[in-house]
Amino acid sequence: MCGIAGITGGDLAVCQEALKSMLSMLRHRGPDDFGLYNDGRAALGHTRLSIIDLAGGRQPMSNEDGSVWITFNGEIFNYIELKDELSRKGHRFSTNSDTEVIVHLYEELGDGCVTRLNGQFAFAIWDKNRSELFIARDRLGIRPLFYSSHAGRFYFPTEIKALFAGGPLPREIDPAALDEIFTLWCSVPPRTAFKGINELPPAHWMKIRDGAVSSVKRYWDVPLGEEPLDISIEEAADGLFDILSDATRLQLRADVPVGAYLSGGLDSSITAALITKITGAGPHTFSVAFEDGAYDESGFQHEMARHLGTEHHEVRCSYSDISGVFPEVVWYAEKPVLRTAPAPLFILSRLVRETGLKVVLTGEGADEAAGGYDIFKEAKIREFWAREPESRLRPLLLKKLYPYLSAFQGQSDAYREAFFNGGLSDVSDPLFSHRPRWQTTSRLKAFFSKDLLAENTSGPEERLKSLMPRGFGGWRALARAQYIETAGLLPGYILSSQGDRVLMGNSVEGRYPFLDHRVVEYCARLPLRHKMRGLDEKHVLKRMARGMLPASILKRTKQPYLAPDSKSFFAGGKAPDYVEELLSEGSLKDYGYFDPGSVGLLVKKCRRGAASGFRDNMALVGILSTQLLHNMFIAGFEGRAARGRDAAGLRAPATAAS
Amino acid sequence: MHDKIREFIFENFLFNAEGSALDNDASFLETGIIDSTGMLELVNWIQETYGFEVDDTELVPENLDSVNRLAIYIDRKTQAATRVSG
Repeated sequence: MCGIAGITGGDLAVCQEALKSMLSMLRHRGPDDFGLYNDGRAALGHTRLSIIDLAGGRQPMSNEDGSVWITFNGEIFNYIELKDELSRKGHRFSTNSDTEVIVHLYEELGDGCVTRLNGQFAFAIWDKNRSELFIARDRLGIRPLFYSSHAGRFYFPTEIKALFAGGPLPREIDPAALDEIFTLWCSVPPRTAFKGINELPPAHWMKIRDGAVSSVKRYWDVPLGEEPLDISIEEAADGLFDILSDATRLQLRADVPVGAYLSGGLDSSITAALITKITGAGPHTFSVAFEDGAYDESGFQHEMARHLGTEHHEVRCSYSDISGVFPEVVWYAEKPVLRTAPAPLFILSRLVRETGLKVVLTGEGADEAAGGYDIFKEAKIREFWAREPESRLRPLLLKKLYPYLSAFQGQSDAYREAFFNGGLSDVSDPLFSHRPRWQTTSRLKAFFSKDLLAENTSGPEERLKSLMPRGFGGWRALARAQYIETAGLLPGYILSSQGDRVLMGNSVEGRYPFLDHRVVEYCARLPLRHKMRGLDEKHVLKRMARGMLPASILKRTKQPYLAPDSKSFFAGGKAPDYVEELLSEGSLKDYGYFDPGSVGLLVKKCRRGAASGFRDNMALVGILSTQLLHNMFIAGFEGRAARGRDAAGLRAPATAAS
Repeated sequence: MHDKIREFIFENFLFNAEGSALDNDASFLETGIIDSTGMLELVNWIQETYGFEVDDTELVPENLDSVNRLAIYIDRKTQAATRVSG
């Protein structure tokens, strides 16, 4: 796992320093080594975290004759099989790295190479003969890749901070992105939080000639719209076990030890159990525990660790631990977040690194693939309700939603019904499943300043809708909801703010067996009834895990991973100095995104410990993270970039040029 | 009574101390002022402010879903409490 960066377009002889400045902001992603390539037409850079072929995998790397150069971030898990295949076709390899496999596969298949890769990747290939830059990103969006065009040049890095450090690019938060994040919880690709900075969307490649984008293509999609397989639940569980076991086996490939996260829930327990089964020994396991018992799952985590006989490590987070690292988390996330949940995971990856490990397997992706989220149940109940408006089962079904939310459970049947029936029963609406959530979230915009509100006129929901695949409106509600989660929040929040960025902030690589594309494709083709049986979520996964996990883990009520939000900043009524400063009337007025009067009332409510609902907590965290983003990336960026250059140690670069 | 309810709604759900155009008959649910988790907060405030218990059977939009409905409900409950204690 690494950081990559590059520039193409115009005369690049002058760009060596710019490229070094970009790399200086990516040293956390690659503390082990770095390298540069610059032939005057393309400049590629790389910072390396060595995991496969520790001695031979230096980058940028080329083919035999130096006509194809690559800078690559990620892992190709099937590189051994691909190397065998390519060797038989006459390709000569000089390293044992997965990087070199991509180079030769590109020589063989051109842009089609991406369809053969099983992995998590973002890379750039400079094809000298074609004078073309080819950039690509993995299917699910595990690894980030951003780009921007400015003054005839095309820039790309793994993190946005590198763009700002390397080029004379304007730094401005995009009001449309705030509109999207304060509705959908993430921006709609290719939009990022910053104006003029784009992300390459998951499962896409792009070609760049003469500094300008010449073509872009989506090369893969989740087959949720296909006809489901006609198989029994037993066959489905057996099939899933085989593919998931193989995915885990491949993802254990590394020349360093691999650990595992344990949340106490089903998915990461399965991942850790499969590692134990494959390797014959329990891995090092890592968990987040909370001092606030409402969030703590350490009882289940300890039980699972004992069951597998792992060497278990734990961080126990207090409110002040969370508020203490929150600014750093926003620095790495590079976008506003509506929850503090990324912060404990940042603290956890620090523990992984301190333990001496740099790779962990986690359970991310299972909820999306196998139908685990409560929003899927919600959609199913609302779909049933619309079909059978007179059913007496309705109140009973609604009460099964959100069993962990006391504020929801404490309501009367009449209120639950009234909330979900508020003009939201149009099943033919393609975004039916998510409308109540988005409507609730978009109420946060009441805190926007008049200026910000005036800038936003078109709806984020409609922008998201325009990205849905052909025929989407005809799918069942559960399949549509799965797609929205997999294409939207998974890359836009779970794998970025709560995944790659908080892991790589401490130079740790995450791997995700449930996100092996074969697992995702297989689950997408399963009959919906095997995923959600009645209202039993992830039914096929539980069936598969029988005998692998203790009954208490297998049968426990699903609890989503959450962390204390406003309490983390206002425990005891006193907030850390940076919170007081950034939420003060002066800072709010100065930055201009939020209405100081409204935020003042919210802060007052948080300070007296009365912010109990989702909306207040999301508002507080969203406002604070936006203020932090502005503070670090707009107002105070130069100082941070200068410190990054000083600390990066790039004074004796390993330069390759041809 | 109406002013007190409006002040609470403005300061805790609308976050607008200056007061804005809130119709006393507007449904809190339909206008999104109160979401799926906000109702208990409202109930807690009623209980703390007016000193009576809100019974589970009274947790219905007919009693709680607008400024006017709340005023009528609170009025009825406080008068009943006065009659009992008096």
